Amino acid sequence: MMGRRFWSWLAVFGSFLYFFLPLLGMFMFSLRMKRGELSFEAYRVVLTDPQFQTTFLYSMVLALITIVFGTLISVPTAYWVRLKLPKLRPVIEFITLLPLVIPPIVIVFGYIRLYNTSSVLPLTGSWLGTNLLVLFGYTILSLPYMYRAVDTGLRAIDVGTLTEAAQSLGAGWVTILARVILPNVLVSVLSGAFLTFAIVIGEYVFAALLNLNTFGPYMFWMGGNRAYEPSALAVIAFAITWACMGLIQLVSRFSKFSQVKR
Amino acid sequence: MPAVSTTPSGARRRASAFLTWAGVLPFLVFAVLFLILPTLNIVIGAFRSPDGHATFDNIIALFSPSILAAFWVSIKLSLITALLGCLVGFLLAAAVVLGGLPGWLRGTVLTFSGVASNFAGVPLAFAFISTLGRVGLVTLLARDWLGVNIYAIGFNLLTFAGLALTYLYFQIPLMVLIITPALDGLKKEWREAASILGATGPQYWRMVALPVLWPSLLGTAALLFANSFGAVATAMALTGSNLTLVPIKLFAQIRGDVLNDPHLGYALAFGMIVLTGAANLIYIVLRMRAERWLK
Repeated sequence: MMGRRFWSWLAVFGSFLYFFLPLLGMFMFSLRMKRGELSFEAYRVVLTDPQFQTTFLYSMVLALITIVFGTLISVPTAYWVRLKLPKLRPVIEFITLLPLVIPPIVIVFGYIRLYNTSSVLPLTGSWLGTNLLVLFGYTILSLPYMYRAVDTGLRAIDVGTLTEAAQSLGAGWVTILARVILPNVLVSVLSGAFLTFAIVIGEYVFAALLNLNTFGPYMFWMGGNRAYEPSALAVIAFAITWACMGLIQLVSRFSKFSQVKR
Repeated sequence: MPAVSTTPSGARRRASAFLTWAGVLPFLVFAVLFLILPTLNIVIGAFRSPDGHATFDNIIALFSPSILAAFWVSIKLSLITALLGCLVGFLLAAAVVLGGLPGWLRGTVLTFSGVASNFAGVPLAFAFISTLGRVGLVTLLARDWLGVNIYAIGFNLLTFAGLALTYLYFQIPLMVLIITPALDGLKKEWREAASILGATGPQYWRMVALPVLWPSLLGTAALLFANSFGAVATAMALTGSNLTLVPIKLFAQIRGDVLNDPHLGYALAFGMIVLTGAANLIYIVLRMRAERWLK
């Protein structure tokens, strides 16, 4: 028994070293911009860089719109499939898993070939079109997380009874979705939303190949041209990922709390 | 009377069937336009010549030495990081779940795994450069404290080994996240029954636990393979174009037509779909087998 515990501690300690050192490394490196002293100079330079501000804001807005759009497409579909078309569920589930099977670079390659300036739907030809395209692309990338979170959330509630109750009180479909179903799966939607945010905020391949100046390509450019700022950016990106995962834990703990009360 | 009412009720039924389908139409249209059609376009393009004829030339061109080499590097990288990720992730998960360690450790490891498995792409490359790069933390510490210059004894972060080491940062946590429920599914009774029958610890693992777990292990290995095969940003930010992986070659092809033949790009992408698709198929099939035990 003692032996087992020893080896377990060893495995945990070894993993800790491997996972902690790069975090420590990027943090220490980000503090070394001023010669001979540790300072937050790299962060100051990055945060006051107008390029950082615009690209970060751009990615944040893209992430938020992706979340709204993903919710609008996931919640009604998952609800409708559970309520009226249970036979279709495996098909829809398969589609929502496809973005994990098809590499993102292949999807964006398909976009560029299908929606280029000489096609029927020349989305890449205009500012609005390109932004729509990247928005749709991010929604597709987030589908495995968003849709499946919502679908799992719906499993916990009695969709049929809730719908009939709402209908007998005179509610239409929009009211049912917005005021009955959505509040019931809000925790799932939020979990999916934070994960989507973490994915979209630093995404590189879509943005780079569609020539958009978002946060991902900005980080990449900094990596090739600066010494200390990339580490500061990595620390910021890691903090964002950590915050998103923390918020997911927080909302799911909150949901357990509210379920006990019920 | 029934004869009269059939027509309207039939029409109504048809109308209501249409309405039922209309509910999933937005999703289906969206998925077809921005997921299925773009992928199909690539697949069909792989079997077409530039002037539109059906051909296998693009697929045959994949077997030219330079492209085969890229596929080989990509496959090797994905295989090694998948197997190592599986092994280390399994040991870590087993230590936390079965090792008799304090309970808070389990939650901490799982939460951190959630973060680390999503901490990929460009920032991950930066983290490793500032740790194991030429002036990185560990490189300098090894030089100053141990008197060892790791770059002088053959280590280089911007090589295959360095990239594999970096990929493990998201591979191991993904393994931990997927294998922990499977380890939880190992019933205490099995272990007790085995030891009552006189089995030793290693015997229990070899003859009870591992046969139950192997579909999960192998399936997750396939998933990790696909996971690293499709990754681009980390590798590009780390090694630039030092290392020719398939997705990096495809990226360059999309950017600037370096292969001088767009249809070879289609074939490259098709090759990627085939490999990640096969890996995922293995994962799904083995997962279904594994779930028989988890009920």
